[in-house]
Amino acid sequence: MDFNENSLRIDAEKEIERICKQMRKQVVNDFHKRGAVIGISGGIDSSVVAALCAKVFGPKRVLGVMMPETDSSPESEKLARILADEYGFETLVESISGGLTGLGCYQRRDEAIKSVFPDFNSNWKAKITIPTSILDKDTFNFFQLNVITDSGERRAKRLPLEAYLQVVAASNLKQRLRMTTLYYHAEKLNWAVIGTGNKDEHMQGFFVKYGDGGADIKPIAHLFKIQVFQLAEQLGVPAEIRERTPTTDTYSDEQTQEEFFFGLDFYRMDMLWYAMENGVPPEKAAEVLDITPEQAKRGYTNIQRKIVATEYLRMPPVEVEI
Amino acid sequence: MTTTDTATIRNKLRQFIAETFFIGEGSDDLADADSFMENGVIDSTGILELTSFLEERFEITVEDDDMIPDNLDSIDNLVRYLGSKAV
Repeated sequence: MDFNENSLRIDAEKEIERICKQMRKQVVNDFHKRGAVIGISGGIDSSVVAALCAKVFGPKRVLGVMMPETDSSPESEKLARILADEYGFETLVESISGGLTGLGCYQRRDEAIKSVFPDFNSNWKAKITIPTSILDKDTFNFFQLNVITDSGERRAKRLPLEAYLQVVAASNLKQRLRMTTLYYHAEKLNWAVIGTGNKDEHMQGFFVKYGDGGADIKPIAHLFKIQVFQLAEQLGVPAEIRERTPTTDTYSDEQTQEEFFFGLDFYRMDMLWYAMENGVPPEKAAEVLDITPEQAKRGYTNIQRKIVATEYLRMPPVEVEI
Repeated sequence: MTTTDTATIRNKLRQFIAETFFIGEGSDDLADADSFMENGVIDSTGILELTSFLEERFEITVEDDDMIPDNLDSIDNLVRYLGSKAV
């Protein structure tokens, strides 16, 4: 096939029309719901989904819920408000800090961090990263805990198994409490919860099962991140949102999605993935992306590994076969 | 490392793999040269379990730079890696 730098360009107008048609059918005809509830974070994905919902159901049948907590950036709420003003839908702020405290989220997470950095305290900032670019070395995906002490010193250590599992399990309470909050409002209104994950997140497992992965429909789960940006432009999503670096907004230290999970910028990752899916030889992909064939092969392998390893996240509860 | 040492290490690794990733059944089908990842035996969490086991059982430190398939992705690779760490 012909593979070039424009291979992921889509006709955004047509794609929006196609998505909107299906959303209407799924929500109104199949689920008999009358509107849409979306968790809005000021990020590009939830902004695009909110704009699509406003188009499908009209702004009066869209509710954007902001769910900040102790570690959220104030920037998220500011951008979410700009978005709501642009499309004219109603918003609500539901702070989930109290609920998370009640569930022991912060205390359990800090306990795990202290097992790695015993002098850690709540004035420090922390985040989790994958330390190397997936193109530079054929490495396993493992996580590093990065902290900034109250005196500004940066430290980093690989997370051992138990600490890693506990930090992730505690942090995932955030996404699960957000899902619970969204369903409260959706049930109260008889509306549907609309998921905001894109293909990168959905297929590589960058979501929390029954957390942000819990929704009635997922209208952009088939789109690469760089295609979501194309939709955003077509839908007129405000520039401040389109130009913001995608973050996780989950840990106290600012953390990009690239350093936390993907290990590669979106353009090269999406292009490599598309090339892999369409049987483009690594040599050809390398030529287009100005990388070496070995780097292209590593990219293919890493993406494929994540898809396989996270299959369980995408599965519904499995029943015993009769 | 003598042949006996290598055989002992190989057995300890096999036992760990069988008990941890197969929970007792099916590990006989995995050859010493088979890739753990390609055969769906372990994922990224499994790599952390394996690393913790190596550090505790063989009293070594697995450096970040060592976290590559050439060192950790099969029993043969693990035996070679442990040999390089003078186990």
